[in-house]
Amino acid sequence: MTSSLELVEISDLHFSWQDRVVLDGISLSIPRGKVTVIMGPSGTGKTTLLQLIGGRLRPASGIVLVDGHSVPDVSRSALFELRKRMGMLFQNGALLTDLSVFENVAFPLREHSELPGPVIRQLVLMKLHLVGLRGARDMMPAQLSGGMARRVALARAIVMDPMMVMYDEPFTGLDPISRGVILKLIRSLNDNLGITSLVVTHDVNEALSIADNIFLLSNGHVVASGSPDELMASSSEEVSQFMQGKPEGPVHFHYPADDYIDDLFGVQP
Amino acid sequence: MTAVLRITGALSLGLMAVLGRAVILLMHMLRHSHVVVKRFPLFVQQLYAIGVLTLPIIIVAAIFVGMVLGLQGYNTLVDYGAESSLGLLVALSLTRELGPVLGALLFAGRAGAALTAEIGLMKATEQLAGMEMMAVDPIYRILAPRFLAGVLALPLLVALFNVVGIYGGHVVGVEMLGINASAYWSGMQQGVDFYNDVLNGVVKSFVFGFVISWIAVFQGYDASPTSEGVSRATTMTVVASSLLVLGLDFVLTSLMF
Repeated sequence: MTSSLELVEISDLHFSWQDRVVLDGISLSIPRGKVTVIMGPSGTGKTTLLQLIGGRLRPASGIVLVDGHSVPDVSRSALFELRKRMGMLFQNGALLTDLSVFENVAFPLREHSELPGPVIRQLVLMKLHLVGLRGARDMMPAQLSGGMARRVALARAIVMDPMMVMYDEPFTGLDPISRGVILKLIRSLNDNLGITSLVVTHDVNEALSIADNIFLLSNGHVVASGSPDELMASSSEEVSQFMQGKPEGPVHFHYPADDYIDDLFGVQP
Repeated sequence: MTAVLRITGALSLGLMAVLGRAVILLMHMLRHSHVVVKRFPLFVQQLYAIGVLTLPIIIVAAIFVGMVLGLQGYNTLVDYGAESSLGLLVALSLTRELGPVLGALLFAGRAGAALTAEIGLMKATEQLAGMEMMAVDPIYRILAPRFLAGVLALPLLVALFNVVGIYGGHVVGVEMLGINASAYWSGMQQGVDFYNDVLNGVVKSFVFGFVISWIAVFQGYDASPTSEGVSRATTMTVVASSLLVLGLDFVLTSLMF
């Protein structure tokens, strides 16, 4: 195991979906024990980046190092070993709908460990207590609200005591209270358990309040990086358009199209 | 003309790609078939969901098929004074053809469609992706137990179909139309050969169970993760497995008998 300061190192990463370039030479590094936020407009490849770090997609070229292991090159079993030490929180929770809350959180332990039932019970209840849902252990996923489902998924993501948790749009579609709860949880898990946090979001306020470090992605590039204060103070138009939510700027309101007048009155193809 | 060629080419290429993915998935599932031993409770759970829950439709269908066979067989045989062969006719029809084929068609509609919808929805709701990120292989944990349970369930269901169908024939032939009961059973005993008739039927049902479970699991796993995609995959499972069962039945019959 290497003990460099960076848990994840990415350099010159390229990725395309068919002929659409999603990531066009991204380089960034994610320090251990910090909350790093990756921001950017929808469709700029933030989630793709998480999938590349988790090894669910293969890059066209470039380097992805997680804890010193090159994710695209490791064997399948080594990748699975690596994934046991990475938790991922999906946007909708991705809970297994045929299992109760308790069994969902117990799932990784039952799959990967030979721990006896009473120990599993204790571990699961401890993690559920951390996210405040110890009392909901017998509910089924369909009975949970969006915020609760995400908290259960978070308990499941940390039940194996991972070195890092990746959050995919953790605030989207939640009421303000649930957002606050998730924000508090990310921070406290990061600080108390020493888990490195990687948050992908486009919610500027939440990102500013939680991040130690922000990377701003746009059109497949990293356009800015730094602490929240540095980004807010940035004079770059691209950065200020996103941070302040202006409809016009370097990112245009109109999706690229033919000339408007020609399109309306020109010869029909 | 070029358009026709282009469409034909695109269709065959697409078909080849689908076949390739299906075979790769099958290889993965067979490689993981030790899941039956290592995770026996998982296998039993699937055997229950796929096999036991299909029992009602199989039993009801078999009763009626047997009764119809009894009625039709009696009406035809009685003209030749051969109604005592009714038992033989019912048993041969069921073990050789109707048991495996009708059982398989019902199985495709009930269990195959349910399998595809379940796996497709797990994919659409990112449950399979989530599992992968938890370092759990969904082919091992979800697909292989379901596939293997399906392969084992259909022969068992077909055996029951045959037994219940023969009883249905007995109800009509013996109890309603008054054929001698001992003639019904002894004709069957003398005329039905274990290897030629019963065992060949079992082989058929194994092949059908294999094909249906493979198609169902593959269609779910390969579905596009939308409600439309899952609906299309479910339809495809029922259509493709029904047609394949009927086609394969002809091939197997011509090889066996």
